[in-house]
Amino acid sequence: MTDLRNLYQEVILEHNKKPRNFGPLEEFTHEAHGYNPLCGDDYHIYMVVEDDVVKKVTFDGTGCAISKAAASMMTTKIKGKSVEEAEQYIAEFRAMMADELDDDGQEHLGHLKVFAGVAQLPNRIKCAVLPWHTLNAAIHGNDGTSTEGEADEWDG
Amino acid sequence: MSAQSLETPAKIDWDAIRRDFPILDQEVHGKPLAYLDNAASSQMPQQVIDRIVEYQTTFHSNIHRGVHALSQKATDAFEETRSLVRQFLNAREDAECIFTRGATEGINAVMHGYGRKFLKAGDEVVITHMEHHSNIVPWQMLRDEKGIVLKVVPMTDDGRLDLEAFQEAITDKTKFVSCIHVSNALGTINPIKEIAAMAHAVGAPILMDGCQAAPHLTLDVQDLDADFYVASAHKMCASTGVGIFYGKREMLEKMDPFLGGGDMILSVSFDETVYNVIPHKFEAGTPPIMPVIALGAAIKYLTAIGRDNIARREDELLAYAMEKLDTIDAFKLYGPRDTKTSVISFGIGDVHPHDIGTILDTAGVAVRAGHHCTQPLMKRLGIPATARASIAFYNNTDDIDALVGAINDVTEIFGA
Ligand SMILES: Cc1ncc(COP(=O)(O)O)c(C=O)c1O
Repeated sequence: MTDLRNLYQEVILEHNKKPRNFGPLEEFTHEAHGYNPLCGDDYHIYMVVEDDVVKKVTFDGTGCAISKAAASMMTTKIKGKSVEEAEQYIAEFRAMMADELDDDGQEHLGHLKVFAGVAQLPNRIKCAVLPWHTLNAAIHGNDGTSTEGEADEWDG
Repeated sequence: MSAQSLETPAKIDWDAIRRDFPILDQEVHGKPLAYLDNAASSQMPQQVIDRIVEYQTTFHSNIHRGVHALSQKATDAFEETRSLVRQFLNAREDAECIFTRGATEGINAVMHGYGRKFLKAGDEVVITHMEHHSNIVPWQMLRDEKGIVLKVVPMTDDGRLDLEAFQEAITDKTKFVSCIHVSNALGTINPIKEIAAMAHAVGAPILMDGCQAAPHLTLDVQDLDADFYVASAHKMCASTGVGIFYGKREMLEKMDPFLGGGDMILSVSFDETVYNVIPHKFEAGTPPIMPVIALGAAIKYLTAIGRDNIARREDELLAYAMEKLDTIDAFKLYGPRDTKTSVISFGIGDVHPHDIGTILDTAGVAVRAGHHCTQPLMKRLGIPATARASIAFYNNTDDIDALVGAINDVTEIFGA
């Protein structure tokens, strides 16, 4: 149970219950679909980017608590940030999942560090990373990403 | 089967049987393993493992090709399994029992060898909403190639096939029926014999997907009047890599082989090849000899316990589990409550099954969480996935108690 509390921290459970920035945008400049065929996690990310700043970002879809909370907290994190900084978060989140995050990254990620516990569960890393994969696809204008596909350089 | 029941001791020592399965005696995440993913793959008793070791250490060699002693011994063991499969299915003759790589390959062999040869545009193939993807996708491939019409028999809210709807779906345009015998996602036991009669009434052959039936039910393909019956050994206490593919002789003889190669021929020249007789016509190339021999040992093992006894034991454990699970408010069962095998497909409040699976795993309880290769069925139930605990005869009440305890962890963590 202690390990589980480490994984399912209150913040994660809370975002799962009440996801922020949830629902599609009618007008957007970027969009991507992310899907994990193994467990069915299925999300769309919508963004409005103006002058290289993420003005709006929302997500829509279904999935487990880890993926949903990751998506919710991701949107709150990158809203209002530059695209460059969003990409930095993507890299840092990924590094955290690989247990390779340096101290600066730790500092920068801030409360997203609640997902560190997921890194200890190899079969759940894909859940936490899926929204970030999808964000990456949206920024780079790929239509979609799958945790099983080769569309994304992160797979392998 | 009656002779076998007579031989079976009245009181079976299920604890001793559990000890036959060395893999069960281990800890996972510091907790005793409660292996409840038997519908995905069951475990292997020491008797089967010993047989594999014996083969690999004393007579591993190719079959049907050598004059030397090892090859003869391997061939005999391989063909003995064919006989055991015949008895297991109550088929008429050994030659009707073919070894494939798994149930999936058996279904594909029928699609290619029968479907592509005999079906044409406009012909209807009837399947059901309950099928495993392996009994959907091949028929879609045939549809796209030949222009056949794929008809899907609906499923009721409680996960059964509606026989009236089945009857409606079958018309004189129906040229083939392919139907799951026992649902892997829900455990539903379908009235497959009645369905076969409906198919035959319009002259359509029927394939039965027996993957989940073979490990639990006593089978009689003649009584069921199956034209084709498929199953996978890794769900029957044997290994991955081999499947059972039964076909009536007259069906197999008029079909084309699925794969071409060695062993499936009588003679080859560059102008012409004459196919071998059944079953060899369908067994191109070196088969999975070790898994086949292991399957033989597994069938002996299951038969010695007695399949009626196995079914009874599993029903008892299922009843024990359901009694406890039903007291959990947030527990929701998917599928029927009776006429089913020991599969419990469930949800806990609105907790995603993947999270349930992780929490259970932490407690040493192995279940499957996902769509179980039945996405249309999940969609029909209006859910993305379920958690599925599937019980085998070697499970015990400790395993069930661990399951129930871990589900209580889920409700506690998620406040479900
Ligand atoms: C009902 C059913 N049909 C078909 C299959 C496919 O079996 P295999 O993957 O061994 O070919 C399975 C196994 O998952 C199953 O449960």
